[in-house]
Amino acid sequence: MAVCIAVIAKENYPLYIRSVPSQSELKFHYTVHTSLDVVEEKISAVGKAMADQRELYLGLLYPTEDYKVYGYVTNSKVKFVIVVDSSNTSLRDNEIRSMFRKLHNSFTDVMCNPFYNPGDPIQSKAFDSMVSGMMVQAC
Amino acid sequence: MESLTLSDVEQKYYSDLFVYCDTDNTKKVASSGKVLDLFRAAQLPNEVVLQITELCGATRLGHFGRSQFYIALKLIAIAQSGLPLRVESLNSVKDLPLPRFVVSKSEQEARHANVYSDTENQGPYVGVIPRPPGRVQPKKVSAHEVIQPCMPTSESQPDTTSPVVSPHQSPPTSPHTWRKHKRQASGGNVDRQPAVAGAVWTPFREAQSGAVTGDGMWSAHSPPPPVQESWVSFTDTPPSSTLPTVHPSSAQESTTVRTLASAATTNEIQRQSSAYDDPWKITDEQRQYYINQFKTIQPDLTGLIAGSAAKEFFTKSKLPILELSHIWELSDFDKDGALTLDEFCAAFHLVVARKNGYDLPEKLPESLMPKLIDLDDSSGGPEPAPEVGYSTSPVEVTPNKSPSMPSLNQTWPELNQSNEDTAIVHPVPIRMTPSKIHMQEMELKRTASDHTHPTSPLMAKPPDLSEEGKLATSIKFPTNTVGDGYSSSDSFTSDQEPITSVVTRQRSHSGTSPEGLKAVAPPPPPPRPHPSHSRSSSLDMSRNFAPVPAGQQQAGVVTYPPAVPPRPLPTQMSGPHSHRPADGEGLASHSSTSPQQIPEQPNFADFSQFQAFAVEHPADDGEKLSDGGQTEKCVDNAAAMRTVKNEAQADERAANVNSAKGSTPLAPPPKPVRRRLKSEDELKAEVDDIPQKSVLATQPSIPRSVGKDKKAIQASIRRNKETNTVLARLNSELQQQLKDLLEERISLEVQLEQLRPFSHL
Repeated sequence: MAVCIAVIAKENYPLYIRSVPSQSELKFHYTVHTSLDVVEEKISAVGKAMADQRELYLGLLYPTEDYKVYGYVTNSKVKFVIVVDSSNTSLRDNEIRSMFRKLHNSFTDVMCNPFYNPGDPIQSKAFDSMVSGMMVQAC
Repeated sequence: MESLTLSDVEQKYYSDLFVYCDTDNTKKVASSGKVLDLFRAAQLPNEVVLQITELCGATRLGHFGRSQFYIALKLIAIAQSGLPLRVESLNSVKDLPLPRFVVSKSEQEARHANVYSDTENQGPYVGVIPRPPGRVQPKKVSAHEVIQPCMPTSESQPDTTSPVVSPHQSPPTSPHTWRKHKRQASGGNVDRQPAVAGAVWTPFREAQSGAVTGDGMWSAHSPPPPVQESWVSFTDTPPSSTLPTVHPSSAQESTTVRTLASAATTNEIQRQSSAYDDPWKITDEQRQYYINQFKTIQPDLTGLIAGSAAKEFFTKSKLPILELSHIWELSDFDKDGALTLDEFCAAFHLVVARKNGYDLPEKLPESLMPKLIDLDDSSGGPEPAPEVGYSTSPVEVTPNKSPSMPSLNQTWPELNQSNEDTAIVHPVPIRMTPSKIHMQEMELKRTASDHTHPTSPLMAKPPDLSEEGKLATSIKFPTNTVGDGYSSSDSFTSDQEPITSVVTRQRSHSGTSPEGLKAVAPPPPPPRPHPSHSRSSSLDMSRNFAPVPAGQQQAGVVTYPPAVPPRPLPTQMSGPHSHRPADGEGLASHSSTSPQQIPEQPNFADFSQFQAFAVEHPADDGEKLSDGGQTEKCVDNAAAMRTVKNEAQADERAANVNSAKGSTPLAPPPKPVRRRLKSEDELKAEVDDIPQKSVLATQPSIPRSVGKDKKAIQASIRRNKETNTVLARLNSELQQQLKDLLEERISLEVQLEQLRPFSHL
């Protein structure tokens, strides 16, 4: 269950960002923004090896005391960032991977939509519902 | 007047009613005539109506103000629910259903006739956009007034000159159907809903006909959206008070519509009544229209429309890109970025609906889902490609859609996935009754699997059970031919005992098919955890124990594989023997009835016993025969163990065994019962026990000293090990034999099938 999910375009601007409604939404935005640096770092780390050798799932980007940030990058340099609550220790790596997989699939579906211009904010309801399913349910 | 507390639903409903009655558009006073009509439509006796009007204060005031109107409505609801009319009850009654109104038909019919004649004329969609609004005037009057105040915004409808306006034409039929749907679905309580639906539709229809000119009509957002919701969930939700406009007149219109529609589109009605009420169903005319449009983009009806082409086409509808995007998401079912004919029709239908003001659903309605042809074999309609279905006449397709749609679409999700798994051998065509053809299929699958994994598939999973069952029967067939004098092919058990048992052995669940599934729970001898092992051994047993298996087969036909029990025994007993040639003999022996075989059934799984016996009597047929009884017991035990998972059958077997053979040795009878409950592991664990038992069985009365026992145990252990190796060899040999036989059987069955039709002539 994520606290915040973001889709960042290749040019590092957000295509979709959604967080659990809370006081610190801005904090999540900031966190996602800073995590982009880590993502870039990880991407560039696999310099010699071509992109196909680089795994899409980046794993834990950096943890803080409150939450953990996971990253995933597609072959077209679109980044997915998931922020989960640190207290939610039950989330395993596999679950995070599956979340990213679902994100990726939904994103692909959005891309397939001819009415969607790449670079536009994602406004697909299907995507929204999928993300809602992954977010922590607001109590 | 007492203050009136209304729930939100009631509030909305009442306000809509008020608007409806507010013919003078004063927003303050409802015209008395309309109000009284409404009240009369509530189907309450006149005096009640009078009482209500009095109670609400209208008679005092002389007119129906908003509050009076609301109170009156609430009183109507109270009256309709059978409660006495009291002013105090206004606020005290909880969970009051909303008042229901039914309108007389006559006036509606007249109005509808007008409207429908207009709409019906909208057959040729293309270019017939601008309908002379005047035609719809009479109808529009009331609806207009109702709608106008309800419309919060005036949606900027597509311009009238847009070529895409043609889609506008199609909606008429959909509202048509929708309304009918509503009407048909209306029960007692649901009267309101259809009424509302009708209400919403009539305005739409009118809007549509005058749409070109009165785009504002369409943008009746407030009525349509709620109705939309009610539609989409129409069959599910009870009368939703959120339905904005209770339009008694339009309710009547809807009924009239229905009558008219029936005249005009009997197909629709039939289809609608046949299927559940589905507001999203595409009518024949619509579908034909969509197909024509599809052809303009893609002449090949089985082909795909590229995303870009579709984008251009649908952009012409002037819907916002966001909504078009949503429509695309809904309709591109396979997410390939292109539209098949089915998807295109669904998308078009959604566009049309949206243009008429209906909200887009969150999920694609079932009736709009493209169907995978290969999933719909039963209906026999569409072929492998969804588009192909449409290549046949659309009319045919649609009827196909209706009956098959519910089933197909409902099974869509799982079928969709299974569709892709065609490579996987699914035991999908599971038939409980063995049929030769299916058995052949299953056999083929099994043999294939067998070849690949002689043992693993044998370990068997439940899904394969039916396969096994069929296989068993199929297996029996070749054996039948192999062995003369076998009982009829119906006596599967007798003939196919070895094979069947092999087959069934693989399955842990032998309950599915009586013949095929014989005692499956095969706890093979300790070293061999494979049922195959047991199978082979059972085969051997059958061969070795001529009387035993035969008797079993015939006697134990009932539920479990009589042959199974003997198998382990013979294999164990006749380890060194080459059973291949003896197969036929064994089978022949099977046919010979012998009560001894019966006890073997439950015990066949008791390999350990067999081993013990086999060890004790390694290569002695005679001994085997003599030990048949004992081995039978072992077999019984083994069989029982095998049928661990099928205790019922095991029980039956035990019963059969015990009943059929009174001379069952003492030792085994208790064992079967016990062993049945044991798992394979337990069976293995019993190896130590078995030698003892076997020894005891052979020499029940011989007392043994401890030392002797130990030696005997060790000896038996050695023997068991030897037997294991022998059995392993046997297993492989038997596997090979089994495969050969299966192939033979398949060919024979094929021949039989070929001959069969001729015999019927």
